[in-house]
Amino acid sequence: MALTKQEWLALEEKANELRNLCLDTTHWAGSGHIGGGLSVMDMLTILYYRHLNIDPANPTWEDRDRFILSKGHAGIAWAPVLVSKGFNDPEQLKTFNLTNSKMGIHLDAAKVVGVDASTGSLGHGLPIALGSALAARVLGKDYWTYCIMGDGECDEGEIWEAAMAAAHFGATNLIAFVDRNKCMIDGPTEEVMKLEPFADKWRAFGFHVIEVDGQNINELDDAIEYAKTKAAGKPVLILANTIKGAGIAHIEGDYRWHYGAMDEASYKKGKDSLAQYYQARVARAEKEGK
Amino acid sequence: MAGGLTYTAVESTALSTAEYYGKALCELGDEHPEVVALTADLGKSTKIGMFGDAHPERYFNVGIAEQGMFSMAAGFAKAGCVPFVSTFSVFAALRAADQVHADICYQNANVKIIATHGGTSFGQAGSTHHAICDIAVERSFPNMTVIVPADGMETVNAVRAAYETPGPFYIRINRGFDRVVYDSSDYGFEVGKAITMREGTDITVIACGSTVFQACQAADFLGNADGLKVRVLNVHTIKPIDKEAVLKAVMDTRRVIVAEDHTIIGGLGAVVAEIIAEAGKGCAFRRLGLQDKFAPIGLHEDIMSILGIDSNGIIETVRDVMKMDFELDDNWDDEV
Ligand SMILES: Cc1ncc(C[n+]2csc(CCOP(=O)(O)OP(=O)(O)O)c2C)c(N)n1
Repeated sequence: MALTKQEWLALEEKANELRNLCLDTTHWAGSGHIGGGLSVMDMLTILYYRHLNIDPANPTWEDRDRFILSKGHAGIAWAPVLVSKGFNDPEQLKTFNLTNSKMGIHLDAAKVVGVDASTGSLGHGLPIALGSALAARVLGKDYWTYCIMGDGECDEGEIWEAAMAAAHFGATNLIAFVDRNKCMIDGPTEEVMKLEPFADKWRAFGFHVIEVDGQNINELDDAIEYAKTKAAGKPVLILANTIKGAGIAHIEGDYRWHYGAMDEASYKKGKDSLAQYYQARVARAEKEGK
Repeated sequence: MAGGLTYTAVESTALSTAEYYGKALCELGDEHPEVVALTADLGKSTKIGMFGDAHPERYFNVGIAEQGMFSMAAGFAKAGCVPFVSTFSVFAALRAADQVHADICYQNANVKIIATHGGTSFGQAGSTHHAICDIAVERSFPNMTVIVPADGMETVNAVRAAYETPGPFYIRINRGFDRVVYDSSDYGFEVGKAITMREGTDITVIACGSTVFQACQAADFLGNADGLKVRVLNVHTIKPIDKEAVLKAVMDTRRVIVAEDHTIIGGLGAVVAEIIAEAGKGCAFRRLGLQDKFAPIGLHEDIMSILGIDSNGIIETVRDVMKMDFELDDNWDDEV
């Protein structure tokens, strides 16, 4: 079912809160992967606040939906979500990256509640998610497995090995996303290592591809709904066109903000920018929502 | 070093260890047109990108695809190029282990792997980014030379030596700045030859990479505070190991501690243990490093302290080992 305007606005409020927490955490930690953290935040919001069938009171519930953050360096975005959902103590964000903290750049499944896989070595997430999806079939369970990859991450052969296998084994209970922010560490993806025609590649590997604006919660929701109900017979790839650093004007679209330090001045600037961004997002939801 | 510039201490405070590498590689590139460079979206992080800026036509950023990159490097080498390949140590040693094993070592391809973010130096990134067993893996490959430089100056020497010596090299350097051990590159670096940093007769601390500075600091402190004469060996080359220096330390001091930013399984401590065992010479012996555990998250210096491989940890272990009632006996024959 499509989002109502009220639901959309509520999700915008949540996403705004989480973007702010991501920036706060980067500030507390001194630095972080804020660029790829902000680009993926709307995907995390729609999944955690609308679709994932999970129970913070019972984080290892065996029928829960599984979520694998294949681009594990976006832990700085994921940690605020896991805290907001009640899986972990919010105070942990204040010690993010500090020595002996439970939360570091890449979230560790043994230390952070609600993490299904310790990622960080790029390329591993999709095959882990595929194993999880196929296990549901073997075990007679009807949970979904979701996975978010980076676009640069898709340079890894392991991603395409898993893509081939997902189609081959008919993993129709797998919904994968690519955070297509068009940036990696050393530059824009198309300059460092061309991915285009990217959607065609996924199609050729046997995926049903849905291309959306990854900074539009409503479009993301529609895509997930479609994936769950109408894309029968194929694994689904939601190609989310995003902006690295979405919400903070002075870092948006700049690949050099893959990992950055937030001093007091740029933090303040970031906070103001996020507030303005939120206003624009609300205006869009007001206008386009039904 | 033959051909190269001598670097001085003035630069050493301004440059990270990887920047030393980048600079040295640029110079090799200027001198030798067959030098090429490969990376996997870590040109900036590993500083191999400095070579890319100077020699764009000989620089190949393959995207985030380490396995194919190492096979490509083998192809470059077989055709007569001298490829330098850089990514994080954990990915060079583990992600691409099969490629390095089969395509580079098995075929004795002239590939120089300069792996950065070694040990726990990318501490806050956690265990997916800590290289805790890379030395163990790389030294187990036939034909591979393994070097763990102590700082920027030593990195320059190792990189130049790698170019000058045919065959595969694995050089492991740290993320960020290392404590300065050498204030000039002109100190007689030689592949496979340990460097005696401190003379001593009571006990020997064997170190490589980031523990060399710590061991020296510990030795100086123990000299002053406890009147101990602590020998410190910088065993920068893990393979081929300087057996002679290790055995001499065993004979002279009869007490040996190895400190390394690595698991105690298969690393420098294990190499030294193998030498001692095969020589049939008894000595008091300790291996400091990760005790078959993953490291915590944190700053590199904090993790080193938690592992007991910083100067405090080494001091404590030295005192502990000195307490052991070890029979002084010059006659080794009965111990074989
Ligand atoms: C196997 C592996 N190689 C290299 C890295 C280092 N690394 C971390 S993030 C990153 C770039 C990721 O780019 P992308 O997937 O596009 O992520 P995003 O731009 O969304 O942050 C790289 C190369 C890694 N974590 N894992």
